[in-house]
Amino acid sequence: MTTTIDAPLTHTETRSWYQVFMSRHASLVPTFAAVAILMLLLAGAEAFLRGDFITPGTMSALLLDNGPLLVMAVGMTFVIVTGGIDLSVGSVMAFTGILLATMLSNGVSAAVAIPVILIGGALIGLLIGVLVQYFDVQPFIASLAGLFLARGLAFLVNLSSVRVENDAVLWLRTRWYVGDFYITPTGVIALLVVALGAFVMQFTRFGRTIYAIGGNVQSAHLMGLNVARTRLLVYVISGLCAGLAGLVLTAYSGAGYPRNGIGTELDVIAAVVIGGTLLTGGRGYVLGSMVGVFVYGTIKTIISFLGAEQSWMQIIVGGLLLLFIVVQRVIVARADRRE
Amino acid sequence: MKKLFKHRLTWPVAALAALVVINTIARPQFLSLTVKENQLYGPLVTILRDSAPLMLVALGMTLVIATRGIDLSVGAVMAVSGAVSLTIIARSEAPGSFATVAIAVIVGILVALVLGVWNGFLVSVLGIQPIIATLVLMLAGRGVALLITGGAITTVVSPPYKWIAAGYIAYLPVAMFISIAAIVAVALFERRTALGVLTEAVGINPEASRLAGVRSRSIIWGAYIVSGVLAGVAGIIFAGRTMAADANAAGFMIELYAILAVVLGGTSLMGGKFSIAGTVIGVLIIQTLDSTILFLGVPSAQKPLFFAIVVVIVVLIQSTRVHDFGRSVGQRFARKEPTDIRIDEEVAA
Repeated sequence: MTTTIDAPLTHTETRSWYQVFMSRHASLVPTFAAVAILMLLLAGAEAFLRGDFITPGTMSALLLDNGPLLVMAVGMTFVIVTGGIDLSVGSVMAFTGILLATMLSNGVSAAVAIPVILIGGALIGLLIGVLVQYFDVQPFIASLAGLFLARGLAFLVNLSSVRVENDAVLWLRTRWYVGDFYITPTGVIALLVVALGAFVMQFTRFGRTIYAIGGNVQSAHLMGLNVARTRLLVYVISGLCAGLAGLVLTAYSGAGYPRNGIGTELDVIAAVVIGGTLLTGGRGYVLGSMVGVFVYGTIKTIISFLGAEQSWMQIIVGGLLLLFIVVQRVIVARADRRE
Repeated sequence: MKKLFKHRLTWPVAALAALVVINTIARPQFLSLTVKENQLYGPLVTILRDSAPLMLVALGMTLVIATRGIDLSVGAVMAVSGAVSLTIIARSEAPGSFATVAIAVIVGILVALVLGVWNGFLVSVLGIQPIIATLVLMLAGRGVALLITGGAITTVVSPPYKWIAAGYIAYLPVAMFISIAAIVAVALFERRTALGVLTEAVGINPEASRLAGVRSRSIIWGAYIVSGVLAGVAGIIFAGRTMAADANAAGFMIELYAILAVVLGGTSLMGGKFSIAGTVIGVLIIQTLDSTILFLGVPSAQKPLFFAIVVVIVVLIQSTRVHDFGRSVGQRFARKEPTDIRIDEEVAA
């Protein structure tokens, strides 16, 4: 008996701590790479730009400007880890944002309007989930329908921009100062969503079912996990997050606009992938997605610091995305070989 | 009759016919054709002319989807090729000369070809998932197009270039001839040679077809190159329509409409069997629907709502669950009479 236990032990001792770590946590490596890139970006910007890049003001703005993106990235991580994709988030954010602004300007109280838009976002997510789970529609096409639907509804609600004058919603952008750092309630909401998302993914049965489905749907099914309910729920969560992002954006910018968030779904997907989530599903972390959003936001800030054209933003994000995909590809290939 | 219902082109054709009938009832001039200065005018001609960019992009998309892939970068490729060709014309000495336009068009298409090679390389050689591999170019491509035009909307005056998008040959628009030529070329290469069958084999099972001796890598790579080139031509037509290289508006959301056209035409996103005729009908459905919505006076911003409804209806019609439900309802009705008769027989016995 003892020999059989001893054999693997001596085997592990011969390997370095690095190899042990790599074999046990291969899926964490892309996320660490993202953290490293973020550090490099911040350090590089501090060194080569005017030397005043890492200031409390810039760092606070980094979180607050990317609040809506952060909220959507959390929902998107849930969907992508199951092996799906949700293209509708940008449109849903625009729809819920303009719906909120229009309802408030018509005298509906915030206590009614906010739950209504959250439910609206969740319902669009539910539609996508039902199409994916019960009608075997590919997530790409089902969420494409969601994208068209939400964008059309946004313009149906209002064709032009609507200012928000409701005190309760505008309160969400009051700045609370801690030294020179500041945060608004919208930033607190975004961070709470990240914390909640990370908790659900890591420490609940539902979260583990998501990883199991992403690893192998059939295996998850045979293990007796509730695949249908989980798959439905991840799209509802993503829709709910997009609805919440609509609230965050409308409160932060003080207006609803039906053209908001065109192409944002791709920014969200790019941020999630940069954060180390595999598009094939089964691997990924909510906290990684948060890092991905910050990488995205930092590049954007650096470019505006440089005064460079917006076109460079798209090229750099595309290039960075490519870099990460190739890195992930190599890691997955090595992990598979080891197995 | 049963065969007719099972044929995969039945539903798309029925949808297109329904749209045409609805339009004809709503506005009798829909089918009318008038000749003005040796040019044919009418809503039908407009639909055929305006559908050219979408038709080219959707044809390329069909081949890519048949190999179990997807090409999200077509809109960005359109923006790049349009930007390249119009910038060449704008910088040249003689923007109106035929030679300048020929060079501009050829260079624009070559750039699109290079972008197609790039996409194909990422997918077939590096083995990156098609959605994400083409997402790279989708994000970066528009940035490149903006750099080429210098962030502004380049406008030029060049009659030969405008002729590509708005000109007429023998009463019919040039753009329509380009899309027909592309359909015929793709159909001949895919269906009159073994290429189409090999493409389907790769789409159904890449590994098995590779073991069977099919060069799946070259076939997949080729599909992305064809998609890139066709998107390049589409970009040139699109730029010629307004004579302005608008890096943000060119091919905006066209990848989604092209994918929709392919799916409407009965080609599954899972790869394998594809239908070029189906894609052509899918494109015509989208363009006719577009024209219908415009005629109804709906603000064009609300158009996506109609497309959402169409997508949901189409995917439900194609879904096996709905088929099973329809069949069980049909059987319940069919079974009713025989059971009644049997009871009668038992009573008689």
